[in-house]
Amino acid sequence: MKTLNRRDFAVDLGLSLAAAVLLPVTTARADDTSMEVHIDNFVFQPPELKIKVGTTVTWTNRDDIPHTVVSAGKFRSKTLDTDDKFSFTFTDAGDYKYFCSLHPHMTGMIKVE
Amino acid sequence: MSGHDHGEDGVSRRKVLECMTWAGTGVLWTITGGVPRSLGIIDSAEAATAAAPGMTFLQISDSHVGFDKPANPNALGTLEEAVNKINAMPVKPSFMIHTGDITHLSKAAEFDNADRIISQSKLDVHYVPGEHDFLDEEVKFYRERYGRGTKGQGWYSFDAGGVHFIGLVNVVDLKAGGLGNLGAEQLAWLEDDLRGKSKSTPVVLFAHIPLWTVYPEWGWGTEDGGRALEYVKGFGSVTVLNGHIHQVMQKVEGNVTFHTARSTAFPQPAPGTASSPGPMKVEDAKLRSMLGVASIDFKQNEQRLAIIDTPLQG
Repeated sequence: MKTLNRRDFAVDLGLSLAAAVLLPVTTARADDTSMEVHIDNFVFQPPELKIKVGTTVTWTNRDDIPHTVVSAGKFRSKTLDTDDKFSFTFTDAGDYKYFCSLHPHMTGMIKVE
Repeated sequence: MSGHDHGEDGVSRRKVLECMTWAGTGVLWTITGGVPRSLGIIDSAEAATAAAPGMTFLQISDSHVGFDKPANPNALGTLEEAVNKINAMPVKPSFMIHTGDITHLSKAAEFDNADRIISQSKLDVHYVPGEHDFLDEEVKFYRERYGRGTKGQGWYSFDAGGVHFIGLVNVVDLKAGGLGNLGAEQLAWLEDDLRGKSKSTPVVLFAHIPLWTVYPEWGWGTEDGGRALEYVKGFGSVTVLNGHIHQVMQKVEGNVTFHTARSTAFPQPAPGTASSPGPMKVEDAKLRSMLGVASIDFKQNEQRLAIIDTPLQG
């Protein structure tokens, strides 16, 4: 029983991991106009998001340390303290690479189609 | 808890060594991280106290005035404790260096509060900015207060006690995916500043983010720091001081000694030992043993500076 359970769990885990990876794509339906990105432990989550033109993405900083959300020439948030949010509506298709200008090793990507 | 702490210590040291192997520096390390009672520090403390009075200066760092999260709800209070410790020193240091992150969110009130406490030391303070000091929209609060007589974004040099001090700024114009950054303009200035200096002049470089690569995964290093270090290579004694990583770490490479200072606000984890470099929550009783100040003694005719780290407690 134990091994079965473990295997079941592994399968579940595999599926949920797959779901997590697919989530941005599968939820970006035409009627989805808003998406969320969280900052936890100096990481943008999810690090990559696929969205349709017209979608608004909202970033929330859940760290104890301030962060920013900056895509060169495209958008730049103010400094986000703990629990502060920043939203941007993507009106043009393209790849938007962004980062935290305070902790530049933090990077993320919004793919707009 | 203490057994657990010992375990963590072991891991962190190993990780640090691993990290330096990845960085490919291939140099000998001496790490005195977070252990102020270690032999090395006792030795240097004895050396300093036994020494004929030379020039002494202090380094404090990462005060994060305005930080109020559980890791330390009273960052202003622990800064005041640090200043009280400085005021209680038997020999008054010549001056103080603050290696950045004076404030947490660059608010005017945070700069005011920091000033009010730090000025109680009645010491000249030479600042360089941390990224937390450049968060106001127009990036003017730091420069209006501390930028007088500085170049560019706030870099400068001065001489004291026969030592040439150079304050560098590596927290502006950071690039996606990158580390700290000095930039071409500052590097050109640095090269010029050092031109004509006798190679026997001891040099102290200080900046917020480490000029050496401590742990790139957490952004703990400076992209073009190597260029700055090239300019000081020929000098007989070079000391590089920084903050940013909120823990003691030391490296000796040829004639260059690298040293990071503790924060007066909150500790951060050793490289790779946590999911992020964010504030480390420790028991209240332990917090003050992980915060502190560093004093540096310079004795004429000696190449090395003796660096003594003093925790707020323990």
